[in-house]
Amino acid sequence: MNLFDQGLLESPLGWLVAGLVGLAFGFWLERAGFGSSRKLAAIFYFRDFAVVQVMFTAVATAAIGLVALDVAGLFDAASVYRMETMLGPQIIGGLLFGVGFVTGGWCPGTSLVGAASGKIDAIAFILATLAGSLVYAAYWPQLAPLQNVGACGVVTLPELLHLSPGVVAAIVVAAALVMFTAIQRFAPRRQQ
Amino acid sequence: MNEPLQPESSVAQRYWNPYVAGVGLGLTLLVSFVALGVGLGASGSTARLAASAAHAVAPAAVESNGYLGSWFAQGSPLANYLVFMTLGTLVGGLLSALFARRIQVAVERGPRISAPARIVLALIGGLFVGFASRMAAGCTSGQALTGSALLLAGSWAFLVSLFVGGYLVAPLVRRQWTS
Repeated sequence: MNLFDQGLLESPLGWLVAGLVGLAFGFWLERAGFGSSRKLAAIFYFRDFAVVQVMFTAVATAAIGLVALDVAGLFDAASVYRMETMLGPQIIGGLLFGVGFVTGGWCPGTSLVGAASGKIDAIAFILATLAGSLVYAAYWPQLAPLQNVGACGVVTLPELLHLSPGVVAAIVVAAALVMFTAIQRFAPRRQQ
Repeated sequence: MNEPLQPESSVAQRYWNPYVAGVGLGLTLLVSFVALGVGLGASGSTARLAASAAHAVAPAAVESNGYLGSWFAQGSPLANYLVFMTLGTLVGGLLSALFARRIQVAVERGPRISAPARIVLALIGGLFVGFASRMAAGCTSGQALTGSALLLAGSWAFLVSLFVGGYLVAPLVRRQWTS
C-alpha cells in the first residue's frame, strides 16, 4: 500500500507527500555539507570522504530497512517502483555523469541545496543541466537505439546472484563497513 | 585522517557527522518508498522545467519531440510529483542552511581559479550532468541512491560508472580547488 500503487502519486496528496519528502531530503543533504561544491568535489581528490560515507550509509540504511519491513510483514517491498536495467545507457550515462560531477562540482540534488545556500556556481550548474537535458532530447532520434543496448528489464542483484534480498542487503552493509574502516584507517594524513 | 572540510565562514556551524547524515538520508529514502512507493529524484524535475521553458518558445517542436512529447500529453510536464519533491528539496536546504548560518552568496572555488573560470567549469559540468541524467534515466538521487537501495543491477552499474568517470577526469580539473 503506497501512493504509487494506489494510483495517487499524481494527486494533491501525492504532491504534498513528495514535497515533505523533498523537505527532508534537502535538509539532510545540507546538514551533510553538500551545499558546498568544494566539499563534494573533494571526494575525487581523497581530501574529504563525506560523499561516499553519506551515500553508502544511506543506501545501506534504506536497503536494510526495506528488507526488515518486508520480512516483518509491515510493508510489501515489491510494491515499490523499480527502474529497468539498461546497461548501455546506464554505464555510458554514468561515465558522462561522473565527468560532469567532478567538472561542475555538483550533481542535480546537491545543486538545489547549493543554490539555496547562495552558491552562484550551483545556479550556473542548474541552468546548464536544463540545457543538457534539452540537448539529449534534440538528439533523441540518434540516441534512442542506445536504450536497447543491454536492456534486460527489471533486474535485481538478488536475482542475479541467486541470494535472498536480506543476504544481499547484509553484503551491502558489510561492504560499506569495510570501506568506512578503510577510510578511517588509511586516508592520508595531511596538515590543514 | 584529514579533518573533514568545514564551512569557510567563521559564523557558520560545522557540518554534521557524515554517518548521522547518511542514516537521516537513508530513513528519508525509506519513508519515500513506504509512503510514495517511489524513491528520491532531482534530475527529472529540472528536465521537466527545461521542457516547459522550451515549449514556451517552440511548442510544436517540443510536442513532436520523441523524448519530450509524451510529457505534454496530459497538460503541463510540471504537474508531476518530482517537481514538488524538488521544491521541497530547495526549501529543506534553505531552512537547514539558514539555521546553521551557512548561507553565503559566493562563487565557490579554490584560490588559484578566477570566479568566471569556475562558472565556466560549472556550466560545462552541468551540460554533461543534464545530458547524462536523461541518458541513464536518473542521477545520483534516482539511480545511485534510490536504485542501489532497491538492489537494482543497472543502478549499481551507474553508481560504479559515475565514480570511474569522476576519478578519470579529476586530475584535469583539480586546479579549481587546490591551493
